Amino acid sequence: MDKTILPYIISGISVGGQYALIAIGYTMVYGILRLINFAHGDVFMVSGLLMVYLAAALPLTVAIPLVIILTVLLGFTIERVAYRPLRTAPRMSVMISAIGVSYLLQNLALYITGGLNKNYPQIPWISDRVTVLGMETSRVTIITPFLTIILVVLLVLLINHTKIGMAMRAVSLNFETSQLMGIRINSVISATFIIGTFLAAVGSMLFFTNYPGVVPTSGAMPGLKAFVAAVFGGIGSIPGAVIGAFIIGICESLIKGLDTILIVNGTITEQIGLATFSDAFTFVLLIIILVFKPTGLFGEKTTDKV
Amino acid sequence: MKAVKTPEESRLISWISFFAVLIFLGLVLLLDQLIKPTSSVYMLMTVLQKGSVYALAAVSMNLLNGYTGLFSLGHAGFMLIGAYTYAIFTIPSTSRDTVYQYFDAVVRFSFPETFSNAMGPVGTALGVLVAVILAGLLAAVFAYLIGLPVLRLKSDYLAIATLGFAEIIRAICQWQKLGPITNGSNLLKSFARTSKFKVAVGGLKLTLSTFVPVLIATVSIIIIVKLINSTYGRAFKAIRDDEIAAEAMGINLARHKMISFTVSSFFAGVAGAMMAMVLSIAQASNFKSAMTYEILLMVVLGGIGSTSGSVIGSFLFVAASEWWLRGLDSGSFLGIEAPNIFRNGFRLVVFSIIIMIVVLFFRQGIMGEREISDLIILRRRKRKAGKEAAK
Repeated sequence: MDKTILPYIISGISVGGQYALIAIGYTMVYGILRLINFAHGDVFMVSGLLMVYLAAALPLTVAIPLVIILTVLLGFTIERVAYRPLRTAPRMSVMISAIGVSYLLQNLALYITGGLNKNYPQIPWISDRVTVLGMETSRVTIITPFLTIILVVLLVLLINHTKIGMAMRAVSLNFETSQLMGIRINSVISATFIIGTFLAAVGSMLFFTNYPGVVPTSGAMPGLKAFVAAVFGGIGSIPGAVIGAFIIGICESLIKGLDTILIVNGTITEQIGLATFSDAFTFVLLIIILVFKPTGLFGEKTTDKV
Repeated sequence: MKAVKTPEESRLISWISFFAVLIFLGLVLLLDQLIKPTSSVYMLMTVLQKGSVYALAAVSMNLLNGYTGLFSLGHAGFMLIGAYTYAIFTIPSTSRDTVYQYFDAVVRFSFPETFSNAMGPVGTALGVLVAVILAGLLAAVFAYLIGLPVLRLKSDYLAIATLGFAEIIRAICQWQKLGPITNGSNLLKSFARTSKFKVAVGGLKLTLSTFVPVLIATVSIIIIVKLINSTYGRAFKAIRDDEIAAEAMGINLARHKMISFTVSSFFAGVAGAMMAMVLSIAQASNFKSAMTYEILLMVVLGGIGSTSGSVIGSFLFVAASEWWLRGLDSGSFLGIEAPNIFRNGFRLVVFSIIIMIVVLFFRQGIMGEREISDLIILRRRKRKAGKEAAK
């Protein structure tokens, strides 16, 4: 492991952690509703914008919890307004509704920001520069993977050892039967959305600290990548989503630096612009996994019944 | 309700639609001469041009999503291939070096030029036509290659894989190493565009800037409708309604899905070429997944599984977002003055709320699964029944 690759791997792990926090929201919702929540990436973006506006008006100690609460409220409302009325509708209608919500959130953000890049506030301590293994980076890069893993462990404990967690597992196994068993499906689904958006709000704070700012389309790409991570790990599986997200984050970061790495290596002599493919590679990975193992790394097997 | 037509009724519908199309095309040709770009109602022409582009895109997406039940979100990618193919092969050789500022262009000819050198003014039109067809063909070839692995996937997975391929296509087009062909991430311009489409017939100068895209869209949509009404179309619908039952009836799933996918992508490519000629620029960064979503929302607005619905939906969508709701962006709407609320972007917010209302409360869209022809026939039957009852 030499000095050229290391920085890319470290930043890849950090980005992977951020994707993991978003991916959990996708994978949990899919596990229960069988719905690709296309609006999840945009909720992530809105959370970033909320932080921009609230941090300008309030001290950070108030702003940060408020951002989390408002984001969770947004996720909860979206489920109530846009997905719940379609519970008995065909799956395609719900997916279209999700796309509609995503369109609405992006346009709303465009209207409010005027399409301008909004600078993300500096959060003291986590955006400080630190030196690790002889390279300088911001503290958030180092914290992210640990924070992600702590949150994931807590979530897994919640799912395996609490009553609501048991209800979630039951609902994701069989929607109708669990209803007959007296589980209140609507509150379980709301809880899922609350957890998912809470993690997305935390993820957005970590993500945007490392980027210059927030624009209305900021959520689209991370959202898609997190979804790919969820599919890669086997949709419905939380550890799968986390592992998938780390793999995608590291690969993406390595491809961003592939030109430099190859030049140092002596394979090529000049920049050939491979960084263009850093986004596309995620989808190559997706297609490979879908073709060879359609249920993902840890996915459940499904069969079609007549 | 969908009407099953008797032979007599379907003959009647064919005649009605034949004359309706002719009258429509004639009207567009006439408007093209009357309304000049400086006119205050030129917005109508813009809506007709862009509307026809989106109408074709929506109808071709509907063929896949509405009729075959394959939820694919790769439309923007195929439109991108179409737009680029068209643009690359119609840039005149004199402006090639200005367009490819940073690269040494590989393609050094343009169809309209080559053909017009060979056979005069007719050749220019033929060259444009060849470029449009090539745009469709190339998109179809890509669709075939993508379809091989992807069409085995089911609903959501198919959606996300096609979305992914569209992103990959966009990345490849923007790659600097392909700059000599695609001009990298820079835009392509100065190719044959609709604002330059004019012909002289016996001393009479005709403007065709709106007529040409409308004509291409009309012809393409007629072909798609013919396909939907053929045995292939019935097989598509059978696959949509129940894949396993369709297979048991002897329908070759893989083959029919592939036909639907490549045909849909062919026309997506044509729509991309039309978009390039209408907007007079082509840039990969415009063909994002947001474009696919917009087209999907047009299909939903018109009613999934209705071709006439898709056409109506896309014209309404374009007219509303480009024309009718303009006032929401510029301070005054329906006589209400509120420059603080009605500022840039408000139009799109209102618009997306309308769309959400349609999605949530009017899931059938405007037409549901019906066509305009069904409405005509049902009315005719009602009238007949009324007459008989009067006797």
